[in-house]
Amino acid sequence: MITGKQKPLEEIQRLIEPYRKVLILGCGTCVTIRYCGGEKEVATLASALRLSEGMRNNPRTFIEYTIKRQCEQEFLDEITDKVKKVDAVLSLACGVGVQALAEQFPLAIALPGINTTFIGRPEELGVLSERCLACGDCVIGLTGGICPITRCAKSLFNGPCGGSVNGKCEISPDIPCAWQLIYDRMAKLNLLDKLVEIQPLRNWSSSHSGGPRRIAREDLKLPGTG
Amino acid sequence: MKAGTNLEKVLESGAFAVTAEIGPPKGTAARVVQRKGETLKPYVDAVNVTNNQTAIVRMCSLASCVILKQLGLDPVMQIVCRDRNRIAIQSDILGAVALGIGNILCLSGDHQKLGNQPDAKGVFDLDSIQLIQVVKKLRDEKKLICGEEISGEAPLFIGAAENPYADPFEYRVVRLLKKVKAGADFIQTQAIYDVSKFAQWMELVRDKGLDQQVHILAGVIPTRSAGMARYMRDYVAGVYVPDELVTRMEVARDAKEEGVKICLEIIEQIKEIPGVHGVHIMAVGWEDIVPAIAERAGLLPRPIG
Repeated sequence: MITGKQKPLEEIQRLIEPYRKVLILGCGTCVTIRYCGGEKEVATLASALRLSEGMRNNPRTFIEYTIKRQCEQEFLDEITDKVKKVDAVLSLACGVGVQALAEQFPLAIALPGINTTFIGRPEELGVLSERCLACGDCVIGLTGGICPITRCAKSLFNGPCGGSVNGKCEISPDIPCAWQLIYDRMAKLNLLDKLVEIQPLRNWSSSHSGGPRRIAREDLKLPGTG
Repeated sequence: MKAGTNLEKVLESGAFAVTAEIGPPKGTAARVVQRKGETLKPYVDAVNVTNNQTAIVRMCSLASCVILKQLGLDPVMQIVCRDRNRIAIQSDILGAVALGIGNILCLSGDHQKLGNQPDAKGVFDLDSIQLIQVVKKLRDEKKLICGEEISGEAPLFIGAAENPYADPFEYRVVRLLKKVKAGADFIQTQAIYDVSKFAQWMELVRDKGLDQQVHILAGVIPTRSAGMARYMRDYVAGVYVPDELVTRMEVARDAKEEGVKICLEIIEQIKEIPGVHGVHIMAVGWEDIVPAIAERAGLLPRPIG
């Protein structure tokens, strides 16, 4: 699931500085589940911002609202009136949500309140970690269900570099070596012989290196649309 | 002969090879590279030139290799996958061959986070094994990796690295096998301080018959102070320095001499290990010590050159 992290309050304050009336817009899907951009976070952020405004004459006004999914038009439709009545929308959705907002409301100021960080999962309560880079050509069938592109700091395809020690990555003792994980799992599965084959150069054109990606599904299009 | 470099000739003759390493300056002075090259020339068969080692920006490997070549040394150009994609790497290799470079060492590269540009975007379009494949294809098929032909020859002696101290230990030999299958002609290992573990690794290497298919040069790093030994033990990725060695450096009256003695003892032992075809002395920043080590280890005179 898409995971994000709220921007520092000072940065948010700089972003909203020119605007008097700000809609803080949460998203009810990924970022709600990841505790960074749902109804609760909207309320907490609004309180913090109001508190910082408290000392001023003529403080800014903050409106709180959360919709089910900011990345889809049908959910954005319901806030059309609200958007018209504010100077800016501070979105706590992922980068997709903020952009959808900007696309749907061409005259609205759409500002990001969170940094979209990665596609990942909770390892334990409060600890999320990255699992997928959305490279467009999944290889984990070859590597025991563990992604070397995402989880190896160098995205190596043919085994660990010389910096793998005691199961940890050379860049941090907090990061497991992806290839140690792959090796251990393949050993358990009795599939170590699969790791002898050389994986050839990768075609990165399925990833962002091939340019912004788009999927057109004929089977899902409405009849008569383009 | 694949490339006809001095290094290849020495290794193919069956002699015990000696290579060293030069770290280019963080600056523009050719003289720095020349001085290091002049110091090393009579004592080694080839000299590696590091490629922004530990992700710290330095004069480029290719330029430094050319400076050494002009002095009559046989340079080994190190290429890391961290900084350049396949377009840049292939283009640099063509240029290197045009300038007379004959040995290339293919490496993944230390992660950019470890160096002086931690904000940089890492490339890693290829890994080191795929890089070996790229160089081999250029040499053997005269083709770029996309299949298009190049004009001219690319006679290159292909090197790679392996670290017997990194994990998973058993997989390191498999990875060496992959490098050999990809086309490596010689291997230079990470620094060896714990000889028994290296000997154990070499046994696995011989079990797979890899010592018959690739020239293995054992890496050594002379330690010049107790502080350096501690630093390498605690902070350098993939280097294993036993505590006893650090203690020896700490109690020594003359730490530099003790460091040289330790290095000589290690060379003495690795020479006896079957399948080891040479030694790679990585005295980066202390290149001046290499002549004394080569001499006291009985590695002189060098056979050709």
